[in-house]
Amino acid sequence: MSQSQSFERKAARRVFAREFNDGTYTFSDSNEDRAPTFQLLPTGQRANRVYFCGTVTEVEDVGTDSEYWRARVVGPTGTVLVYAGQYEPDAMAKLRKLDTPAYVAVCGKVSAYTPDDEDSENSVGDDTIVSIRPKDFFSVTDAEQRDQWVRETAKQTLDRIEQASSDNPDVAKATDQYNQEPAAYADMVVDALETLDGSDGDELDNSSSSTSMSSSPTNSNSDESDADQPTQTSN
Amino acid sequence: MNVAQSEVDETADDIIDSLPDEADVEESFVRNKLTELVEEFSVPVEEARRSVVNSVTENADVDPSDMGGGGSEDVLVNNVEMDGVWVDLEITVDELWEPNHESIAQVGLIGDESGSNKFTAFGDKDQFGFEEGESYRIESAVTDEYNGDVSIKLNDSTEITPLDETVEIGDETETVSGVLVNVYSDSGLIKRCPKDGCTYVLSNGRCNEHDSVDDHEFDFRIKGTLDNGQETNDVIFNRDVAEELSGMSLETAKQIAKEELDIEKVLDRFEDDIVGKYYTISAIPMYGSLMVDDFEQSGDVPDTNELLVRARSI
Repeated sequence: MSQSQSFERKAARRVFAREFNDGTYTFSDSNEDRAPTFQLLPTGQRANRVYFCGTVTEVEDVGTDSEYWRARVVGPTGTVLVYAGQYEPDAMAKLRKLDTPAYVAVCGKVSAYTPDDEDSENSVGDDTIVSIRPKDFFSVTDAEQRDQWVRETAKQTLDRIEQASSDNPDVAKATDQYNQEPAAYADMVVDALETLDGSDGDELDNSSSSTSMSSSPTNSNSDESDADQPTQTSN
Repeated sequence: MNVAQSEVDETADDIIDSLPDEADVEESFVRNKLTELVEEFSVPVEEARRSVVNSVTENADVDPSDMGGGGSEDVLVNNVEMDGVWVDLEITVDELWEPNHESIAQVGLIGDESGSNKFTAFGDKDQFGFEEGESYRIESAVTDEYNGDVSIKLNDSTEITPLDETVEIGDETETVSGVLVNVYSDSGLIKRCPKDGCTYVLSNGRCNEHDSVDDHEFDFRIKGTLDNGQETNDVIFNRDVAEELSGMSLETAKQIAKEELDIEKVLDRFEDDIVGKYYTISAIPMYGSLMVDDFEQSGDVPDTNELLVRARSI
């Protein structure tokens, strides 16, 4: 059983950009060739794959010899980089003709890259750039799915924070590696949720009741009155 | 080494007693084989029994169904994992189907708290007398593995007793939400083996069971992976739900395959529309996958304000 375990498909973690980009430590459980690599999320869970939704603002072919596409995908707490080359032909084909901005859903493997450094022995973490390789899918979606993803990611991030126990070696390692507790990401979750229509964010943060919310919270269109919120454009 | 000789002897007696009279099997063969497996190779007695029964039935041309079951055990319909094990069950007949072979008296689904499972009763038409919705105690049935799925076989040595109390059938339906992160390439229009009772999907015109077959039956299904961030499940949408999911009918799929001269082009037409979307399915676990019964396109939607309260309280 344990032998086949490593070939089993790993669940794609739901993680906000801020936590994802902070998670620069990657590791593998064994030295075997095909052993999966994991990103250690700062909230103490390991991620082999991630699923992310956001707005693509820029797409660029950054390849030198062959096509190599980079997309900047902006979520409510920051931007993640998505790279697609010859091993992600479907995603590459879509990136090639993508009109920005666009809502996208992307799922794939976590990739970590540390630029060459003379004294690389000492350069743990900070220089490392994490990105997503869209092995599973890269698809244009709508505001509804993005909002659903924000809620789901908020929930799963809170689950990770609440379940983080120093008895769990991954949590202990994360706390040590990133020099902060998983709970430090609770504010990020609040920030993300407050970008959603229909959140109580307005009423609780601004005592003024001037914003005329037309009662029912609809997800399909973001309201003009939310202009002062740090929300993504959703047109 | 710790197994008492008496247990080995008893098991050997059981096997010998259960052999049909006409079987040409040496008693000593059964005893020696069993002793060898248990004492020298530390094989558990039940597994050794199975192995001996199998070799006897193969070597002496005995139909395993003709072997009476000594020492069968009370099990639940879905707790059977091995082929050729004698079992006793208390069940309710869930569904009766039309037998498709004259050797089959009755066929259908029987259930208990573990859910339901297929049974096949071999014999004369009126031999078993199962009625839908009625509960029975079944003694000396035998497990049967096909395609990785273990069902229950009833035969001449099986005894049936009607029960007064009703055995409740457990609901196995699971509801799972997640993102469809992957669709396997053997989705869309597929070719199944046309042989009676065989449902294998043909791969390059070959069936796992019947090797190269000339003909095929078209079917339409979607096999994928649903991912909720914590775990992944393989999910199978069979024809009805697959047509609903893809918005494509089997007939249209056949038409496309004909025009493109390639059945794999069918999946290309709708794969992008379904991959990466949220689905909530109700499904029944089978062969390590979830067989979708019903689905809707939406995820498990947590309430924003409840989440905000949670996040702020940390």
